[in-house]
Amino acid sequence: MSEPHVFTPTPPQPPPSSLVGPVAWIRQNLFNGWLNSLLTVVALYLLYLTVPPIIDWALLSATFSGTDRSACAGSDGACWTFIKVRWGQVLYGFYPEAERWRPNLVFFAGLAGLIGVVPKTRWRKWLAGFLLLPYPVAAFILLCGGVFGLPSVETARWGGLTVTLVVAVTGIVASFPIGVVLALGRRSNMPIVRSVCVVFIEVVRGVPLISVLFMSSVMLPLFLPEGVNFNKLLRALIGVTLFTAAYMAEVVRGGLQAIPKGQYEGAKALGLGYWQAMGFIILPQALKLVIPGIVNSFISLFKDTTLVAIIGIFDLLGIVQAASKDANWLGLETEGYAFAALMFWIFCFSMSRMSLRLERKLDTGHRR
Amino acid sequence: MSAPGHTGGTAPARAAPWNDPAIRAIAFQLLLLAAVLYVGWMLYDNTTTNLAKRNIASGFGFMEQPAGFQIVQSLIPFSSADSYGKAFLVGLLNTALISAIGIVLATLVGFVVGVARLSKNWIVARMATVYVETLRNIPLLLQIFFWYFAVLRTMPSPRLSISPVDGIFLNQRGLYLPAPVTEPGFWLIPLALALGIAGAVGVSIWARRRLMATGRRFRSGWTGLALIVGLPVVAAVAAGLPLHWQLPELHGFNFTGGIVLIPEFMAVLVALSLYTASFIAEIVRGGILAVSKGQTEAASALGLPHGLTLRLVVIPQALRVIIPPLTSQYLNLLKNSSLGAAVGYPELVAVFAGTVLNQTGQAIEVIALTMAVYLTLSLIISAGMNWYNARKALVER
Repeated sequence: MSEPHVFTPTPPQPPPSSLVGPVAWIRQNLFNGWLNSLLTVVALYLLYLTVPPIIDWALLSATFSGTDRSACAGSDGACWTFIKVRWGQVLYGFYPEAERWRPNLVFFAGLAGLIGVVPKTRWRKWLAGFLLLPYPVAAFILLCGGVFGLPSVETARWGGLTVTLVVAVTGIVASFPIGVVLALGRRSNMPIVRSVCVVFIEVVRGVPLISVLFMSSVMLPLFLPEGVNFNKLLRALIGVTLFTAAYMAEVVRGGLQAIPKGQYEGAKALGLGYWQAMGFIILPQALKLVIPGIVNSFISLFKDTTLVAIIGIFDLLGIVQAASKDANWLGLETEGYAFAALMFWIFCFSMSRMSLRLERKLDTGHRR
Repeated sequence: MSAPGHTGGTAPARAAPWNDPAIRAIAFQLLLLAAVLYVGWMLYDNTTTNLAKRNIASGFGFMEQPAGFQIVQSLIPFSSADSYGKAFLVGLLNTALISAIGIVLATLVGFVVGVARLSKNWIVARMATVYVETLRNIPLLLQIFFWYFAVLRTMPSPRLSISPVDGIFLNQRGLYLPAPVTEPGFWLIPLALALGIAGAVGVSIWARRRLMATGRRFRSGWTGLALIVGLPVVAAVAAGLPLHWQLPELHGFNFTGGIVLIPEFMAVLVALSLYTASFIAEIVRGGILAVSKGQTEAASALGLPHGLTLRLVVIPQALRVIIPPLTSQYLNLLKNSSLGAAVGYPELVAVFAGTVLNQTGQAIEVIALTMAVYLTLSLIISAGMNWYNARKALVER
């Protein structure tokens, strides 16, 4: 009698070495066919041409030390001393140094509020309420001063990142309610209301922002009665707000159109009036849908704030532009623009990632 | 609330007039109309008072007056003795020129980068991603400033020009290219080209009819190409090559002859095309990804080779998704060309809303005309793209 036959499976063979491991990955992804190999070689050559010189210029041969131009003499790398010396202006423009805690406080309070609103806590509603009403008023008082013993700082002295953020945030916050009203008006059944909204939206969307800014800086003084005068920053803010409102209206309209008809009919069947239906049923759903679109509008508004430099307001780009005209620091445009580009890139890129995450998080139905 | 409510034997209840939606709507609209008219009248009144006080004329009479300034780049002859109206036309043509070239360049770069992002080649896909994520997150104005102040204005003086090929010179004053000069008999070439294009269109129509009627293919693409390229070449040879290139030459401190692309033009063109291309690349990628995988699989199951699958199955369906957002990118490019004003490229906003406005002070007319031009151009582009979109759209029964 032999031993009972026990089935012992042969251990699985490892995949052939040509299919796993880094070498195989390289072969499959980079040298798969002659066209791909050619592309890889060309791409590698391009990288070789561009990346090492940029790293060398920006980091290895760059100067970070010193406080004046002579520190950069004899180096062919970037002269970041320029940015270091101008750092205060880049952030605050010509805001008096003793008062710079005010923009700081406004910025960090706003940031803390925004971060605090994200998790679901019981303070969330209060925090959101604070951000919507008392915060802008407090920020305005803090930045302008003139009351409560704060020395007044006129807006002509504001500048740098402070102005960029003020214009972008005010633009988006102020344009939001206007945009919602315009979107509702565009979908209204009343012909006059609809046509007023359509004309406003389409005209503003058909012209460049720069012409709207020119209009608000040149024509607004003509439109106003005697004695009423706005300062330059406020005029720019009005232009930016009206411009953004038209785009915001289209974003919101997209959300309104995505709400199924049954929701409108259901609200009507419950006996809700127009404003009740909109406020309790339609808008809460529609606005949730368009949050990523609003973030995208904010990104493009953030980039568009640079245009206020053209009408003579020193935003981040305007400050860098003015600084590179300084006789002591001539020829450093590349450093200035590279730095400004990096700042804008960090803000816009992180916001676009946030928008993608929100889109995934909020994607909870309504897909048909 | 006019629905009849038959409660008991009473007559249907009528809502009070202030609760009737129809009456409310009319009242509300009349109120809005009155508000709009009042605001308009107030603006008009304030404006006329202000204008009268500042002694600013009104009306478009200024368009006839001599401009009194020079324009660095002009497609039509322009001198300072010409009128403001002609200066307006020069600005308009410069806007149209940079937008047209920009749209072509941005589309080409955008399609290449968009396809590259989907490439199976890891490095190529990564490089395309870095391109898109870098350029679209940096403000356009910053990019224009970078190309203008940091790159083109720091070029060497004309004597030390960079010359990659003989006849092409790059320096502070711009890019100098050889200019084509026509000789007598040149008219034959455009005529031959027109004939070639007409022939190619004719052949392709005939080939399509025959394909529909008999099922036999005809290589109309190659024949058309041969007609379009071949006929002008034959004509050129027959006329004894009636064209020569005038090379730019250094005389003293500057170049004469040839075509010059001013640095303002190049900076705006490069920045505008590369920036818009990053958005177009995303649109193209989205469009191609939107064609479901089943379509390509079905095509290969039918035995279509890779190239034909792309041409007959993927691209026509992707185009449907791509075209509407592509239109809005073209419109953005047109509107963004106004940023040329920031570096002094003489386009509409710089010439008209800048110089002319400063000289005449007639803000209302100037700004209104500028905005009207952009609105009209926008409407033309979107009408053209809508027509194309309607042709490419899915035919539903």
